[in-house]
Amino acid sequence: MFESILITIATAATPLLIAAMGELVVERSGVLNLGVEGMMIMGAVTGFAVAAMTGSVWLGVFAAILVGAAFALLFGFLALTLVTNQVATGLALTLFGLGLSGMLGESFVGQPGVKLGAIDIPMLSDLPFVGRLIFGQDPLFYVSILLTIGVAYFLFSTRAGLMLRAVGDNHVSAHAQGINVIGIRYLAVIFGGACAGLAGAYLSIVYTPQWVENMTAGRGWIALALVVFASWRPWRIVAGAYLFGGVTIGQLHAQALGVGVPSQLLSSLPYLATIVVLVLISRNRRLTMMNTPASLGRSFVPDR
Amino acid sequence: MGGVVKATLENEAGPLLETHGLTKTFGSLTACNAVDLAIGRGEIHALLGENGAGKSTLVKMLFGALEPSGGTILWKGREVTITSPGEARRLGIGMVFQHFSLFDALTAAENIILSLDDSAPASAVASRARELSKTYGLPVDPNAHVGDLSVGERQRIEIIRCLLQNPELIILDEPTSVLTPQEADKLFETLARLKAEGRSVLYISHRLEEVKRICDRATVLRQGKVVAECDPRRETASSLARLMVGDEVQPVIRDKPVAQREALLEIRNLHRKPSHPFAVPLSDINLTVHAGEILGVAGVAGNGQGEFFEAVSGEALQDRPDVLRIRGKDAGRLDISGRRLIGAAFVPEERLGHAAAPLMTLSQNLLLSRYRTDARAFLSRLGIIRNRLVAQAAKRINSAMDVRKSGEDPEAASLSGGNLQKFVIGRELDRQPLVMVVNQPTWGVDAGAAARIRQALIDLAKTGSAVLVISQDLDELFEICDAIAVMHGGRLSVPIPIADATYEKIGLLMGGAEPGHSAAALAEAV
Amino acid sequence: MRIELVKRPQHSALFSALSPFIALVLTLIAGAVMFSMMGKNPVEALYYFFIDPLRETWSLHELAVKAAPLILIAVGLAICYLSNNWNIGAEGQFIIGAIAGSALPVMFPDFQSPIVLPLMLMMGIIGGAAYAAIPAWLKVRFNTNEILTSLMLVYVAQLFLDWMVRGPWRNPEGFNFPETRNFHSFAILPEIWPASGRAHWGFIFAILAALALWFVLSRTLKGFEVKVIGQSPRAGRFAGFSRSRMVIFAFLVSGGLAGLAGISEVSGAIGQLRTTISPGYGFAAIIVAFLGRLNPLGIIAAGLILALSYLGGEAAQISIGVTDKVARSFQGMLLFFVLACDTLIHYRIRITRPVRASAPEVQSHV
Repeated sequence: MFESILITIATAATPLLIAAMGELVVERSGVLNLGVEGMMIMGAVTGFAVAAMTGSVWLGVFAAILVGAAFALLFGFLALTLVTNQVATGLALTLFGLGLSGMLGESFVGQPGVKLGAIDIPMLSDLPFVGRLIFGQDPLFYVSILLTIGVAYFLFSTRAGLMLRAVGDNHVSAHAQGINVIGIRYLAVIFGGACAGLAGAYLSIVYTPQWVENMTAGRGWIALALVVFASWRPWRIVAGAYLFGGVTIGQLHAQALGVGVPSQLLSSLPYLATIVVLVLISRNRRLTMMNTPASLGRSFVPDR
Repeated sequence: MGGVVKATLENEAGPLLETHGLTKTFGSLTACNAVDLAIGRGEIHALLGENGAGKSTLVKMLFGALEPSGGTILWKGREVTITSPGEARRLGIGMVFQHFSLFDALTAAENIILSLDDSAPASAVASRARELSKTYGLPVDPNAHVGDLSVGERQRIEIIRCLLQNPELIILDEPTSVLTPQEADKLFETLARLKAEGRSVLYISHRLEEVKRICDRATVLRQGKVVAECDPRRETASSLARLMVGDEVQPVIRDKPVAQREALLEIRNLHRKPSHPFAVPLSDINLTVHAGEILGVAGVAGNGQGEFFEAVSGEALQDRPDVLRIRGKDAGRLDISGRRLIGAAFVPEERLGHAAAPLMTLSQNLLLSRYRTDARAFLSRLGIIRNRLVAQAAKRINSAMDVRKSGEDPEAASLSGGNLQKFVIGRELDRQPLVMVVNQPTWGVDAGAAARIRQALIDLAKTGSAVLVISQDLDELFEICDAIAVMHGGRLSVPIPIADATYEKIGLLMGGAEPGHSAAALAEAV
Repeated sequence: MRIELVKRPQHSALFSALSPFIALVLTLIAGAVMFSMMGKNPVEALYYFFIDPLRETWSLHELAVKAAPLILIAVGLAICYLSNNWNIGAEGQFIIGAIAGSALPVMFPDFQSPIVLPLMLMMGIIGGAAYAAIPAWLKVRFNTNEILTSLMLVYVAQLFLDWMVRGPWRNPEGFNFPETRNFHSFAILPEIWPASGRAHWGFIFAILAALALWFVLSRTLKGFEVKVIGQSPRAGRFAGFSRSRMVIFAFLVSGGLAGLAGISEVSGAIGQLRTTISPGYGFAAIIVAFLGRLNPLGIIAAGLILALSYLGGEAAQISIGVTDKVARSFQGMLLFFVLACDTLIHYRIRITRPVRASAPEVQSHV
């Protein structure tokens, strides 16, 4: 029983982890993309629709990644090439995504979806306790772990990651040294969009294989908060995502158990927890100053 | 274009770098206009010009950071197009920037790796860097985070970074503007070593004594055009200055320093904790400025000048009211508006973003610092702004300070540095303040405007006001101050009367010799 | 081929005025494309969307009903955004204002007197302002990002409303529907012209608020303070303005206006509390604020335009069978175009071909 609770925590944490990891790379390059919620919901509706129409989950996942990346490209064109205000543009992306997904998904409401099931490795998955937990999860769970390892390695052990961090620290200096600031940021933003799209697909294909309008319910925003909470470090995002997964599952179980607290209060726990966590992290101004990418959200126009 | 080009090394075979008619325009502004330049091999070549003459723009083109609008560049006799800094490096051109392009969040080693094009393993880079730092006398810790390093140390990383590519031409942009006189001497030793190896140096500066000391040839730019090419050792500082500026710049007129009058600004035991991780703490600062006196605070950038200014202006309050007194009244707990109301005026270092809001017009920026002190004139009872009166006052200030601008009331960002500075200072002078505190009064300002600003400060002191000038420009301080104190590491030395002050003494204090030296020890240093 | 931005020496007054119109035209074009892709006649669709709702008087009243909360909220948001305070939680402040204002008629239905309505409105304002004070205080005291905190509070407010309406405030004579009792007549915000339509006094509040804030922003020292702090915080400090006080001021004002919008909507248009009392006004108001270029007078026009898009969605659903969610997509697209067109105010766009050797650049200016 305990083991299956842990598995559900992993299922709740995985979309947050994937989306936050993508946004981490974006923000490390100095760009603030508040459109995560919009890209996630578009990923969710695309994944569900394509999977339902083609019968193939993987096609759905792939389509969701493409759509997330495409949306991010739109954001990139405005914020990087036309140098619009990044906060407003990210908000626009979210509002547009929420609206468009509601429109596109209307005919899919109530339809049963195709679910991406857990994997099954012959001997290992049958091990007691750890069997299902470590070897019996759905494939995207493993993708999320690989993603974390990949991002951490990329950022801190490769030259390209060093360049990206430099761009996020001081885009003027980076440009003066001949680093292609806008190019790197475009790549980072597209990567972030792909992750958000994937995270959205996870929700509508693995978590609850159905489509409901606004089904992301603010997870994109929580992912943004996670990046701040993790002080822009990959492994801390894992901790944060699982913490939130725990709170989400915890309150769901509490509701099921019929605890005497109103269900709406329990449902609001993840959101309240986000606020508390943000306050705790931002209190420490020294920590914030030392870790925030210095050019985060600032506009950049290269002089030629 | 005259003068004989002297061969400085026996094996010279034509100039290393030449430009013919090199031009760069930004919209309607021509920053560089048909510049002809020739740098020989093994030569230290100076590029002279005052602020805004086009030196930085020219050099950015040589380094590949800007595309020329016209003209050609020849490297070793062959025409080349330098489209990126990487290509410049491949040719053999290296650059050490004035405003260092280092990354605070990364370590010294990471910074160096980034500027290299090849993907050599990090360990090889680190050991080569250590080698170079020893050879050229530039000690640096590869694992230190650049954000924690001093300005001098950062410059060393810049130079090592540059040398790692084995350049034949090294461009240095105003390198000594952030160094103490002693650190500058060390830099000159490094340059001499480079020259002995047959490398060339393009040395950008507006400091004439230095140029005369170390450079073989000089090209002088004025308003984007080459006006002269000469041997600086044959010229005098004033002839070079005349070439740079054109007409004779009026020397500043000073009366003899006046006898002590009442103390208008008194600071006792000022402390300030750092407000963020990279700030400099202030400790135990004591200072008195009397009526009619101009007191200078010298110091290399980054030693607490900005923090000091904020403490004096009231943007950061003191713990106790009597720590700072203006005109005899306790002002330590008054905010900046309160301090202005009792007769003080303040001009910060940063023009755009601090002294003035860039996107607002000049008349709006007038209101910025004077809405409290001039509330009765500029505002009606309900807080409604009397736009016409504000505009009139702005007009008056602009003509008094000869501010050149486009249009009647343009945005602050559209003015040149010198003109905006004239406005900002004029805005405060218009109030005839009894205490005036200025941080870097003529930084980035052309010589004409600078002279006017310095004269304005002297005239203000003559009327009986106390003036406190914080500046990195020792020449300026020696020109206008009655006494100079030195700020180092957040501490202030005892002020030295101008008659007793020498560049060496001040330089030592700037480099961190104990403040509050006994008079005997200071006399020894002369 | 490269797109380059060349900074203008001063921002272009021409484009400042034109940019919202260009954005509108581009949105219409994009919308036409979208309708075609859905298999509908684009001209017909646009007609039903934007023209048809303007043809009947009752429909114009509906326009005012929808525009009132949009304008009220957006005007408050303008103060926030101009001072660089990103209040995204107006939807939550709207809801809490509605709840606070509804306390009297729901909990004391027998207290019926002319004083009830003014009290309700005041409590709505205070409720919204108090809710907005939370992210403001967190920002001032703990330096916490107000975008995320104000947004999280929206979800909390929605859940709170849901609980209130299903639980303690549920109509005891209501057959267990999740809604409160209907408000008595003294608690209903009256219509302006009852004979011709539903438009209630909330619309008048909106216009008055817009005019008042326009005056403050453009003519007074307070307005100057808002803009300076938003544009150049360091210059604001140099001027002696307090950033912390501005954060509190901006959030209280916008929270109060959102709260007023909430109680006006509930008591003017709905007449009771339900689980959903807003079709996303708090978020659409963000678009209204930007479309109106953060200028209260422009916001009046922008509010009417976005209200039109809501009505158009409903109209198009009936007449040509398009989902009414099209409106949301329109609104999102509009914001994109507004932001993109705003670039032209500060920059000229230049399209260049890559340089060869020493040949001069080939340029075409826009």
